[in-house]
Amino acid sequence: MSFDPKRPVSRRDVLKWGAAGAAGIFGASVLNPSSWFAQTVKAMDKHELHTALQHGSHTMAHGYDPSKTLSKGLKSAIDALTAFDYGKVSIRADGKTVRDYELVAYDGEVEIADGIKFPGWTFNGTIPGPTLRCTEGDILRIKFTNGSTHPHTIHFHGIHPTNMDGLEPIASGAEFIYEFEAKPAGLHVYHCHIPPLAKHIHKGLYGNYIVDPIKPRKPARELNMVMNGFDLDLDGGNEVYTVNGYAFAYQAYPIEVNVGELVRVYLSNMTEFDLINSFHLHANFFRYYEVGADPEARPIFTDTIMQCQGQRGILEIEFPSPGKYMFHAHQSEFAELGWMGFFMAK
Amino acid sequence: MNVQTVTQAYPRKSKLVWLWGIIPLVLLFAILYLITRLGTGITSESVAPIEVLNVQKIVLNDEGFKINVLNSGPEDVTIAQVVVNDAFWNASFDPSPTIGRLSQSVVSIPYAWVAGDPYEIRFITTNGLIFVGDVPVAMKSPEPGAKLFGEYALIGFYVGIVPVGLGLLWFPFLRRFSDKGMQAVLALTVGLLFFLVIDTFQEGFELGAEAPGVFQGSGLVWFGALLSFLMLLAIDQANERKGSESGRRVAFKIAGGIGLHNLGEGLAIGAAFSSGEAALGTFLIIGFTLHNITEGIGIASPLLKEQPTWRTFLCLACLAGGPAIIGTWAGGFVFNDTLAALFFGIGAGAIVQVMYVIGKMIVREARKYGTPAISWLNFGGLTLGIVLMYATALLVKF
Repeated sequence: MSFDPKRPVSRRDVLKWGAAGAAGIFGASVLNPSSWFAQTVKAMDKHELHTALQHGSHTMAHGYDPSKTLSKGLKSAIDALTAFDYGKVSIRADGKTVRDYELVAYDGEVEIADGIKFPGWTFNGTIPGPTLRCTEGDILRIKFTNGSTHPHTIHFHGIHPTNMDGLEPIASGAEFIYEFEAKPAGLHVYHCHIPPLAKHIHKGLYGNYIVDPIKPRKPARELNMVMNGFDLDLDGGNEVYTVNGYAFAYQAYPIEVNVGELVRVYLSNMTEFDLINSFHLHANFFRYYEVGADPEARPIFTDTIMQCQGQRGILEIEFPSPGKYMFHAHQSEFAELGWMGFFMAK
Repeated sequence: MNVQTVTQAYPRKSKLVWLWGIIPLVLLFAILYLITRLGTGITSESVAPIEVLNVQKIVLNDEGFKINVLNSGPEDVTIAQVVVNDAFWNASFDPSPTIGRLSQSVVSIPYAWVAGDPYEIRFITTNGLIFVGDVPVAMKSPEPGAKLFGEYALIGFYVGIVPVGLGLLWFPFLRRFSDKGMQAVLALTVGLLFFLVIDTFQEGFELGAEAPGVFQGSGLVWFGALLSFLMLLAIDQANERKGSESGRRVAFKIAGGIGLHNLGEGLAIGAAFSSGEAALGTFLIIGFTLHNITEGIGIASPLLKEQPTWRTFLCLACLAGGPAIIGTWAGGFVFNDTLAALFFGIGAGAIVQVMYVIGKMIVREARKYGTPAISWLNFGGLTLGIVLMYATALLVKF
């Protein structure tokens, strides 16, 4: 029992101690001491020990089994793995590729874990928002409509003119077209940049934005992942951690990959309130390219990487043999609060 | 409006009078029906969902945690996920994760808890609200059985019957006091009871604050106090019309009031024990016996001028101390903050009434002997009563 000197000790606390004292007296004076010994011996009984051990291993094996019910939120997280929005493509007079995207910010409830809804602010109804994808040098035209009750913006990471930086608030009901050339190559993020930032980001206004290099990367099975967290009780700390917005999504439905196939993961961290987030792969290693902008960069060969908020990178993994490869944040707390999954290699 | 005008206006038919009694009710139900069908016409909606879950009891056994959860909010609540110490955890619900208004559900969580560790169990509802149940110190909950039953009885025996019984043994000594001295002993009893009343109220309010808001725990303390006070007063006044008041009856009333107080104490002790919050300390149980021993003096004081038999004393000791045993059982096996608050309120009311009666006795005695009611001796007795309680409380409050 902890004792806080500042807290006055109530009579009831004392009663509690006193009551315990009574038990002490009881144990010391009333019970026949030999009966205690008899009990101790009995506790060592083989059968009991066996059942205790069996019982212990049983309860430890299943901490949490996520529901396999394919809810809207779970489906959305699975879709987000492979859904890349290339925009509406057209060719400008100067021969440049123009990509038109539409992003609408609106408020809505999203399902972030089995049965748990989060009153979020979304781009196009999901948290994270859609993954925009293009090639270096493309002209991007992102038509942003603010259907939310608050002013919002879209601030893209990357190199672009400062008047397209997404700092000017777009009022509720207003529209704005962000137009710039996509560069440099790599994985970037976008998010709302209205103060208070923590609020606007943690509510869900963010997503991945991939710029493919002009010389394409090696063919691979490509997956998109945004690490994030959700603060349900608005106390400035997350209660649920996810990848792509749904707790334990890939534990319920492991990501199927082929043995020997190159798997490329575009991984970013948009977790608010916590300093970092991380990615750890079991029973395997991967190559990690920070941002992926530098084609000459030598990757890190590791099984664990960490990212601060807004940091991102590209993972290239090959699975050597069939099996279930776990992956999760290597902050145990995040892992057990939703950020855990499996690759199922076949 | 007085009754006369009503009977003048409707002198003939009693049927019409009934109608006037029914019309407001009919209209009330009509309006309620319309509101439920059409809405109130007030457009403001609550910003956040209103859900209230109360964690009533957490049992730790070999399987893990078993938690009794009460929905005391205005609407149904569905528990979506259970988080134990920052980890999502499997849980099963009996009867259902959806809990109706003022209904309960038992949540079973398989968990290999570590003895002595603190645990925080969070319930996340479908609306994303979080309710927390705390296990300050993990310890296997005592399982109901003959042995535990006996243990609880022994605890009640120590804090209830032993001190009261020992206090009553002072009777032969107090009897040898002069009239003035006996008055002072009565005053001392008022002092003791005054301390107890304050303490009982305080305990009641503390428990009332922990009770689910919907049951208005603090209110229950007041209601219990007022009603028990008035009920005892009514019994007295009904008896006064029949005959005179005997010291024996007053002693029994004191014993009853203190019994209720001890019942409350027993509840708190039993609850602390079953929830694993109790820690060992033989010194404290000794302190408690010292602290409660004065209760016996209080009970004996109105009897000083009578000829009670040893059976009277036995009955008094059981009446005042016995409820501690019952309270410990109730607290240990079926603890309930709301009921405990009510019991404390009833106890406080009863003690106030007894103070009132003893006060009257002192005034009567003083008048008989032509001394002031608040003589220096009586004032000294009262002060000594409060100081005694305060000083012995210091032994157990640190």
